[in-house]
Amino acid sequence: MTLPRVGFVSAASALVARDLSLALRRSGDSLQPLGFFLVVCTLFPLALDPQLSLLRDIAPAALWVGALLSSLLALDLLFREDAQDGTLEQLALCGLPLQGLLLAKTAVHWLLTGLPLVLIGPLAASALGAPAAAMPGILAALLLGTLALSLIGAVGAGLTMSLKRNGSLLALLVLPLAVPVLIFGARATVLAIAGESLAAPLYLLAAIAVLAATLAPWALAAAVRIGLE
Amino acid sequence: MLRFLQMGGYARYVWPSYALTALVVGLNVRWALASVRAAQSEARRRLASLKAAS
Amino acid sequence: MAWVWFHRFGSPPHFYRLATRLAPWFAWPAALLCLAGLVGGLVLAPPDYQQGDGFRIIYVHAPAAWLSLMVYVVMAASAAVGLIWRMTVAYSVAASCAPIGASFTALALATGMLWGRPMWGTYWEWDPRLTSELLLLFLYLGYMGLRNAIDDVGRADRASALLAIVGVVNVPIIHYSVIWWNSLHQAPSVMKFGRPTMPAAMLVPLLLMLAGFTAYFLALLLTRARGELLRRERNARWIGEALASAPTGPGSAC
Repeated sequence: MTLPRVGFVSAASALVARDLSLALRRSGDSLQPLGFFLVVCTLFPLALDPQLSLLRDIAPAALWVGALLSSLLALDLLFREDAQDGTLEQLALCGLPLQGLLLAKTAVHWLLTGLPLVLIGPLAASALGAPAAAMPGILAALLLGTLALSLIGAVGAGLTMSLKRNGSLLALLVLPLAVPVLIFGARATVLAIAGESLAAPLYLLAAIAVLAATLAPWALAAAVRIGLE
Repeated sequence: MLRFLQMGGYARYVWPSYALTALVVGLNVRWALASVRAAQSEARRRLASLKAAS
Repeated sequence: MAWVWFHRFGSPPHFYRLATRLAPWFAWPAALLCLAGLVGGLVLAPPDYQQGDGFRIIYVHAPAAWLSLMVYVVMAASAAVGLIWRMTVAYSVAASCAPIGASFTALALATGMLWGRPMWGTYWEWDPRLTSELLLLFLYLGYMGLRNAIDDVGRADRASALLAIVGVVNVPIIHYSVIWWNSLHQAPSVMKFGRPTMPAAMLVPLLLMLAGFTAYFLALLLTRARGELLRRERNARWIGEALASAPTGPGSAC
């Protein structure tokens, strides 16, 4: 008996649908990183004297540190359960390109954890004193930045997925790699708030995101294969 | 000689730098040698127990 | 023909014997080169017209920084070789690099701080080099942390090898992003002591120290790699012969 050949696209869309429905069933899990982001952004004005002018200076830093930390928090969700219940093994063995399947998983992960940040980010920024004119720029920077962070973080998650709950190691691995995103993202936000052109950091963010999208799937597939042995 | 030790007034920075360097250089040598010796004695022990078992 | 040499080099017993014999040939020249460099740098070189005798920190800071970068590249390269050719020798080399590289990165940071204090007036500056160096330290610590966290040696080797390679892609990105960031924040405070026209009396000891430290690293690497190899090649016949023929190796003479 021969099994019906499954095409990559249908397999990937099935994977996406499965991940989405699983996540929606436990929507609390996906909302936690968002909540954490808002908490971090709130902590900054609480810790400082909430004079609007100083807040505006801190806003980019608060925004991006919050984004970075909350995406770290979200990374645990990515592979751990699937590694434990054997789904990842099936994905690795099924004969379809693992890189593509893992990229699909990461895309879903971004939809659930990165996209909310992109949408809520401008709101948080305006609460921290950013003018309305800065919003498109902040939106664009967050879009590119969260994409890059999801991809970079996924590689770290892949490397640590078989370890016992050790969140600090994941942070140690991911943070040095994520620093360029932080630098360019914060810089873009500063320029957006100041009303100047943020083309330069935005292009660099885009370059990092593209580089990550190109290289991460291969690193991810290798990491998952190593972790499954 | 005193001028050498004083390093033109920068002694406070120059000599600790050299001391730290000597420390790191020395520690690395110690670690490396200890690491090899530990591996060797462990390997000997393993071989001996294998021979005893066979 | 090169492949034959390459694969012979990758054979554990051959590498072990080679490492045992070569290590002292790097160790003693390293000591001599460093001694010469120290005499030249501390005694013979004239004081800098701007920094006085304080510039002499360069004779330990620059080699430490050089080592921190070079060792990472060696680590990543041997990790790649290990992953591609499944070579135990390569993994042993990579594992040996990490503690050496991490300690010299920390030393580079410490000596950089001690140099910065009199020259910049502050122990720390978010200068491109210091910041990149700090991130490099985190990369080393992450590598060592991941390796420690995985119990199975083979899996630890492969996972940390992947991490090292991902990190090496990131090193230039980190470096350039920090330069870019720094150039927008402040005028970079560069150590100016006539670098383009550094007089020979200052330059030669520096080169001697750099060469000496490189040789020193190679001696350390070969020594450590032997131990790592022994730990990995568990029940191989050659171990018995290697241990019997050279009880503790020339390393004990140092």
